[in-house]
Amino acid sequence: MTTPIDFKAQLIAEFQLNETRLNGESRSSLHQRRRLALSRFEQLGFPTIRHEEWKYSNVKNLVSQEFNITPSAEISHDHLTSLEIPNLAGNILYFINGQYQPQLSTIVSPADEVEILTFAEGYKKYPALVEEHFAKYADDSNDAFTALNTAFAQYGAFIHVTKGKVVEAPIILRFISDARTENVAVQLRNLIIVEERASLKVAESFRTLGEFASFTNTVTEAFLGKEANYDHYKVQDESEKAFHIGTTQVHHNDKALSYDTTVTLNGGWVRNNLNLVMGGEYVEAHLTGLYLPNGKQHIDNHTLVDHAMPNSYSNELYKGIMFDKSTGVFNGKIFVREDAQKTNAYQSCKNVLASPDATMNTKPQLEIYADDVKCSHGTTTGQMDEEALFYLQSRGIPKDKGRALLMLAFAEDVVEKIKIPAIREYLESAIAKKVGEV
Amino acid sequence: MLKIENLQASIGEKQILKGINLEVKPGEVHAIMGPNGSGKSTLASVLAGREDYDVTGGSVLFEGKDLLELAPEERAAEGIFLAFQYPVEIPGVSTTNFLKTALNEIRKYQGQEPLDAVSFLKRMKEKMKLVNIDQSLLSRSLNEGFSGGEKKRNEVFQMAMLEPKLGILDETDSGLDIDALRIVAEGVNTLRDGERSFIVVTHYQRLLDYIVPDFVHVLYKGRIVKSGTKELALELEEKGYDWIKAEVDALV
Ligand SMILES: Nc1ncnc2c1ncn2[C@@H]1O[C@H](COP(=O)(O)OP(=O)(O)OP(=O)(O)O)[C@@H](O)[C@H]1O
Ligand SMILES: [Mg+2]
Repeated sequence: MTTPIDFKAQLIAEFQLNETRLNGESRSSLHQRRRLALSRFEQLGFPTIRHEEWKYSNVKNLVSQEFNITPSAEISHDHLTSLEIPNLAGNILYFINGQYQPQLSTIVSPADEVEILTFAEGYKKYPALVEEHFAKYADDSNDAFTALNTAFAQYGAFIHVTKGKVVEAPIILRFISDARTENVAVQLRNLIIVEERASLKVAESFRTLGEFASFTNTVTEAFLGKEANYDHYKVQDESEKAFHIGTTQVHHNDKALSYDTTVTLNGGWVRNNLNLVMGGEYVEAHLTGLYLPNGKQHIDNHTLVDHAMPNSYSNELYKGIMFDKSTGVFNGKIFVREDAQKTNAYQSCKNVLASPDATMNTKPQLEIYADDVKCSHGTTTGQMDEEALFYLQSRGIPKDKGRALLMLAFAEDVVEKIKIPAIREYLESAIAKKVGEV
Repeated sequence: MLKIENLQASIGEKQILKGINLEVKPGEVHAIMGPNGSGKSTLASVLAGREDYDVTGGSVLFEGKDLLELAPEERAAEGIFLAFQYPVEIPGVSTTNFLKTALNEIRKYQGQEPLDAVSFLKRMKEKMKLVNIDQSLLSRSLNEGFSGGEKKRNEVFQMAMLEPKLGILDETDSGLDIDALRIVAEGVNTLRDGERSFIVVTHYQRLLDYIVPDFVHVLYKGRIVKSGTKELALELEEKGYDWIKAEVDALV
């Protein structure tokens, strides 16, 4: 028997090894920030289920695995054909085990409209801008995975839209874990800056190749200037052996408008954090999510909407269809701070248990410190609507097909929010396939 | 066409149908009347194949086939249509889309090719006119937020689209204003072609003024206790059910 490798120690050692290769950069303020993050990670350690935020999501199986934390990325276009999204157009960037693959990628938007770089390139080219925003929004003081991610920030995308620019073509970031030959662990860090009155649609797509385990720890920070218009979609279709922990952090200024949609088609063990902080007034934010776990998949969505300023609006809708022995978690926090008068905040989470062995834990958490606000929340978890199913059958639609039709209709409220047609269509057909087969 | 013999059905421990006998021949219209809770909707549901009910005895033959052996969708494909007393709201599925799926599933069962888009639209237009239903209603989610009358009209529209051999209308007249009632009844009458049969469950003579039945039956406590021609309905309209109840209850 080999002694189990200590994942935490392995990561810290890798950080230190990395540092020796940095030369001049090690004195940069970016790196000082990484160091701070590492010390936080060291102190926090991986959370256990005794931690309130991790009560239903146990990382034990994740941290006890052995991963190559510096996996290589050698792949040709042929390996990716099975992962392609039909008719996808726009800026499409491939990252294999975190490393950007220019030969597989297409950038169509002119640089004066939007700057699309890797995180490392972005820092080289715009150090001041990166330092102004990096790690300013995603809080790593109490979150081990964000701390870890901040410490290793290097792989991922840097996207910058300057004042008033409307980016016509969407940006699709395709993150592929290549687990064909070994267990791989990857840390992804994206920084997205959308300045005043600028507009951007960006999608993150997560896929796995191969049968080995993968661990993706990803953080995307978005800064939205005044009246910025931002659509962000996260689409996950990973393997049964994939662990995914991700934080999407959005910081709004006055009158910014955001749509965040998270769709989890598949993934062995998934934790998504979506945190919105409204640092301005008259912000409008939409959060939607859909998850369809089957088998023994575990999908946890934690959301936080922080109404820090008055006169803003947030609307949240999460939906789940739980198959087989899958487990799900929804935790939705809404904070309305003392100053945030005239806040409108709505939250709803609806789940269908398609199997008696599936479980769903929901926890809305509203903390309201202002008095002139409109807030509502509701969660439902129930069986398939048998009356509706009989109605469809009585019109000649076979039971399985009727069930699939109802599930598709249930999912559509979320899918329709996606404004990149190729992704919406891909999801519709993937969902139809999944609900028809499971 | 339809032959029901000594049909008994219960839900849980409670027996609701206690031996129904009824024969419907091609082209006939049978009205079923009877007090609330007597089992009319239960009979309709059992014929359509609702699984909540246990059939504990008796038989139902539809065109010689054992209906009780078939799944609800197979019964629909064989030509049975139930217009629900309480049509179900289905968010996210438009009537149009739903009907296209239903129609093509039925065609598949019958070994026919799916209807092409042009023929489907043509049929839609034709049947919409028949029940005076608006396109905007059909593009909305099925029955969601429809008024009571709109739901009922949508049921008849669906029946017209699917062209069943036997239409079972469960109180399709209730909730309709007088104009809608006339439209719905005319729609049904247009579908009467000498072959297609109907079972019409109703509480009101006013529907039977438009859809003139060949036979009228009174269902009470899970049995057909009286059968007659259209004159029986008029008599019920005049005298109510008490005299029938008294007759039946005296026997027990
Ligand atoms: N799902 C059920 N669970 C328990 N009892 C039921 C159920 N469905 C029907 N019943 C009972 O069966 C009896 C017959 O009901 P049914 O709906 O068939 O009556 P009906 O003749 O259609 O009445 P109405 O004229 O009010 O529509 C009633 O006593 C009713 O309460
Ligand atoms: Mg009834």
